[in-house]
Amino acid sequence: MTLGVSESQSPEGDLPADHLAETSEAKQIEGRSLGQIAWARLRKDKIAVISAIVILLIIAVAIFAPLIVKLNGFPPDQFNRTDANGDPLLNTRDGGIPIGGLWGSGTSSEHWLGVEPQNGRDVFSRLVYGTRVSLLVALGGTILAVVLGTVIGMVSGYFGGWVDTLLSRLMDIMLSFPTLLFIMALTPVIADRGQDLFGIPDDNRLRLGVLMFVLGFFGWAYLARIVRGQTLSLREREFVEAARSLGAGPAYVIFRQILPNLLPTLLVYTTLLIPNYITAEAALSFLGVGIKEPTSSWGRMIADASDWIESNPLYLFFPGLALFITVLAFNLLGDSVRDALDPRAGRS
Amino acid sequence: MGRYVIRRLLQTVVILIVISAITFFLFWATPANPALLICGKNCNSETVAQVNATYGFDDPLIVQYGTYMQGLVSPGGRTIGSEGSERECAWPCFGESYQNGIPVWDSISDAFPATLWLAVGAAILWLFFGVLLGLIAALRKGKLVDKLSVGLALFGVSFPTLVFGYLLLFLFIVKLQWLPFPDTANAALFTVGPVKWLQFYILPWMTLALVFAALYTRLTRANMIDTMNEDYIRTARAKGLDERTVVFKHGLRSALTPIVTIFGLDLGGLLGGAVITEQIFSITGLGKFAIDSVLSNDLPAIMGVVLFAAIFIVVANIVVDVLYAIIDPRVRLS
Repeated sequence: MTLGVSESQSPEGDLPADHLAETSEAKQIEGRSLGQIAWARLRKDKIAVISAIVILLIIAVAIFAPLIVKLNGFPPDQFNRTDANGDPLLNTRDGGIPIGGLWGSGTSSEHWLGVEPQNGRDVFSRLVYGTRVSLLVALGGTILAVVLGTVIGMVSGYFGGWVDTLLSRLMDIMLSFPTLLFIMALTPVIADRGQDLFGIPDDNRLRLGVLMFVLGFFGWAYLARIVRGQTLSLREREFVEAARSLGAGPAYVIFRQILPNLLPTLLVYTTLLIPNYITAEAALSFLGVGIKEPTSSWGRMIADASDWIESNPLYLFFPGLALFITVLAFNLLGDSVRDALDPRAGRS
Repeated sequence: MGRYVIRRLLQTVVILIVISAITFFLFWATPANPALLICGKNCNSETVAQVNATYGFDDPLIVQYGTYMQGLVSPGGRTIGSEGSERECAWPCFGESYQNGIPVWDSISDAFPATLWLAVGAAILWLFFGVLLGLIAALRKGKLVDKLSVGLALFGVSFPTLVFGYLLLFLFIVKLQWLPFPDTANAALFTVGPVKWLQFYILPWMTLALVFAALYTRLTRANMIDTMNEDYIRTARAKGLDERTVVFKHGLRSALTPIVTIFGLDLGGLLGGAVITEQIFSITGLGKFAIDSVLSNDLPAIMGVVLFAAIFIVVANIVVDVLYAIIDPRVRLS
């Protein structure tokens, strides 16, 4: 499994967007910037609209998780033994398999997606709270990776010389790490160390931070390479030269002239990196090195449910479906964004 | 060519040394006290001191790193333990497990064949189906086959290994019962025979291959469409070559060049262990060894498997670069 977007199809952020818009305004011709064109294309793309709606729904679920769980009335950590009538929910003689419901999952009008075997925690509530973990870790990791990758790539490409050599070698080294193995091995170690060094207890708040950190820290190199390449060509362009000859310093050129032209690439990369990190978080929690009990995470739920795959397959199905839909929605949106920004690449 | 290979080899050695150093210092500098990990419940100040002396934890980290690397570089390996309880650790010496004292290299070489079979089988699957689907889609661009392939590829890319693996396991083992539950004993081809072996590996292969097959479909399709629009393809057609020669000899050959690179890197990455797939199907390969070591905090084992995996990635990189230089002579000049 590779982390980071492994396809190098990214739009060339060639058009100096603001520059174009300015000249066309001056001539009083109705000009449209690359952003406006892309936006218009996106709004016409049905797949893009649907996946964007799905993503917004998922984000809403994450934000309003406590409210949604109030609706069904079972906090995600609550061990439920009996239903409203006082009848037992779990068959204690049979290892704690839920009684009744679809395929022995314990689904009912109270527990919409059934209950966990053995503990009787509500699957729906745990799924809703798992959304928070997934999105938080993926967003945090993505932001860190994109910021690091952009800054390091721009600096490397703009300054050249020994700075470029040094940073390029650093990228080579980062790309040679067995990333998943390394993240897997390092997450518990850092969590452990955080406890010793800073006196922060190794609870899931710390784990969330550690996961974001390791994902971001091991994920920037690929983007940095792309950004470096584009910066190399952008810095030779006339508008950069013009700015420099007017006395603009490196910081101004990098952030005001080059960065805006990288935005299409960054936007596409970000939308495609998020689903990768959602998968990575689920994988780490599944392996037992990510989020720990009692906080719920989709990966953790899948790991638990795999023990009950014969007696209660639905318990495995729900977190799997949640993970699949989320990743699919982000990938579809990412693809559409890429197509909208650069119709030559991708599908069409 | 020779100079190019030598230059790449030297770079590779430097990268490996840097990776080993980073890995070593990260892992060895981190646990508060490795001695406590080793003596476990029997720890008192005396045993801790003894363990520290035995494993050399009292030495500065740089000395410990030197000792560790000596075991990997010197053909004679190195000696482990303090005076009185010394034992030889033959090359390549990755140290001994804190958990059970087994040399880490023995565990790695035991686990490697399972990972190798898994990765190679999956690679054949994804290469075949990925390139085939991508090729058909490109040649029938805009037709139904193309749309189906593109849709399938998008679907495949979005299927997390974790979910797809359990879906296959549920469908074919639990529900349809076409295949038996995974039994580690069936991983050995030469003792159980090909039928049980295939039954054991077929689902893991499919699980591991899905995402790659989807990526390769998209890549082959995109490359092939680009290539078929090149001038030399038009020239080839114009001089009257039949379509098959044009597509396979002129088109596919150049469209596949970038795939060689990516394939090498992907395979190299997987030889260090396919953790999720191995965990789902109880395959005792490197990935399973790695996660077990991580969960039991077994530092030498973690360090060993990370380094071993890194070696594969770095070696895959250089193999791919050299192959690429052979295929495309322009690379050598830069």
